[in-house]
Amino acid sequence: MKIIVAIKQVPERDAQLAIAPGGKWIDDADLSYTINEPDAYALEEALQLKEKNGGEVIALCAGPERVASTLREALAKGADRAIHILADDLAQRDTLSLAHLLADAVRTESPDLILTGLQSDDLGLGQTGVVLAELLGIPHATIIMQVETTPTGLRVKRELEDGFFQHIEMPLPALLTIQSGGNKLRYATLMGIKKAKTKPSATLPATASTAPPAIELTRVYLPEKQKRTQMLAGTPAEIAVQLVDKLRSEVRVI
Amino acid sequence: MSRVLVIVEHQDRNGVPALSRVSLEALAAGQHLAKQLGIECSAAVLGEGIAPVIAELSGKQLAKVYAVEHSLLKQYTADGYLHALEQVIRHTNPEFVLFPHTYQVRDFAPALATRFQQVLISDVIAIHEGPAFVRQLFQGKLNADYRPVASLPGPCFVSVQAGAFRGEALEPGTAATESLAIDLTPAQIRTTPSAPFRESAHTVDLTAAPIIVSVGRGIREQDNIPLVQALADALGAELAASRPICDAGWLPMERQVGSSGQTVSPKLYLAVGISGAIQHLVGIKGSKTVIAINKDENAPIFEVADYGVAGDLFEIVPALTKAILAAKS
Repeated sequence: MKIIVAIKQVPERDAQLAIAPGGKWIDDADLSYTINEPDAYALEEALQLKEKNGGEVIALCAGPERVASTLREALAKGADRAIHILADDLAQRDTLSLAHLLADAVRTESPDLILTGLQSDDLGLGQTGVVLAELLGIPHATIIMQVETTPTGLRVKRELEDGFFQHIEMPLPALLTIQSGGNKLRYATLMGIKKAKTKPSATLPATASTAPPAIELTRVYLPEKQKRTQMLAGTPAEIAVQLVDKLRSEVRVI
Repeated sequence: MSRVLVIVEHQDRNGVPALSRVSLEALAAGQHLAKQLGIECSAAVLGEGIAPVIAELSGKQLAKVYAVEHSLLKQYTADGYLHALEQVIRHTNPEFVLFPHTYQVRDFAPALATRFQQVLISDVIAIHEGPAFVRQLFQGKLNADYRPVASLPGPCFVSVQAGAFRGEALEPGTAATESLAIDLTPAQIRTTPSAPFRESAHTVDLTAAPIIVSVGRGIREQDNIPLVQALADALGAELAASRPICDAGWLPMERQVGSSGQTVSPKLYLAVGISGAIQHLVGIKGSKTVIAINKDENAPIFEVADYGVAGDLFEIVPALTKAILAAKS
């Protein structure tokens, strides 16, 4: 089975974010980046499918120079090849425009299966996978916990709300968005890191966006507080005394 | 002419399909937006055997209720909903299409927007003048205003976060129903879904717990969980967790609070090392008092906490456990 995993590079989770001058995005000059966590689970699912059924895993990522490090990490974990769509203008592209970039790269590969994380940790729109499936004209399923191959295609376990799940059968080629937690993530081994250097990696130029964006991010700002949080300060022992007082006299749970 | 169209969902209530709570909230958001723009608001519902839902909708202040009855829409499939809703939208020609931000909507709405060369503005928490649609970025650390680009044709698609609007604010009224016939054949549906199931009955019912101590990524490793367990024990609380803790297998999935776990409404929710991603916060909205301990003073959990401690949980939690035990003895 030939599998493409579409991954995104995002700022590290505990990054201190500052709003850029102009107020339309964050100041990204000094940020450290990492793989979007749900995409790491998508990669893990792809590697496990390959281990069970054979085939090839290709890591695909669009972004500036810096995303090459995330692709290298995917190769070190076991992906066979990498495709880097070199694009410096991701902030100016909306989901549809980005999905067109990915679709162009995917079409030339004709994979059996495309996996991606269910959403990104930065924008959190949760749409790229579904839009990509629509552009490619293939069936999809979202928020997937487990993937099995069947004689006619796939049987997947989809997470629903309130602790419910559902199985879905579908033909290939197909696209799945993967939920976190379905598998245990692997680490890259030293051997894997060494091998990654010899694996093929293609860099494709990003085609210019053909359509203007449909939606526009006009302002980024700190959220207004919904409640007036009373912050407690002092030594740990002093804080504990204050909290016990609140728990006793106001919350009344002691 | 109907200019705001709200696509609602229904769920089984004692054997009868009824509007889901988040659908009532999406309808309230639709009425709010329509009022802001001085235009009309309508609703559309899909399924089979949905007469009770249509009756419920016709008692709301809506320009029209569009109903699509089709045997192939009895069980949700992305293909079925996409084909049906594409026809509904072409027929009704709305300016804005609103959805509740559910797992089902996340499955098809992005592709529906693509069919109109549009991009869904997902998981919106407020609608400001303009209209500007407010959504969260970076797991709730920042907010952003999104606007449709006015020069483009086609409706603006928006999904509304659970709890962002109040279902009780929905204006009553009378609405006429229009049944829409759509073309949909079995061959157009490429996936075969099975009936929803639960892995196991919730053996831990957090929804009724009066006190919950909940732990997140800040705990760093599994070996540190007993630290928080001791605090929960001291308070007589249930121990809960955010998703990453359950994903890692440090606590069982049935102790997860948030959009994919349980929705809780305790007297006290004590969040330890939880930053407060949106998916977690929607699960704790009903809490009477929230206390948060987190090292990052800018963590979004402090936007919803009544009392906050910005500091090292590894120092504060043991001190608090000790103080509670001393106070109780």
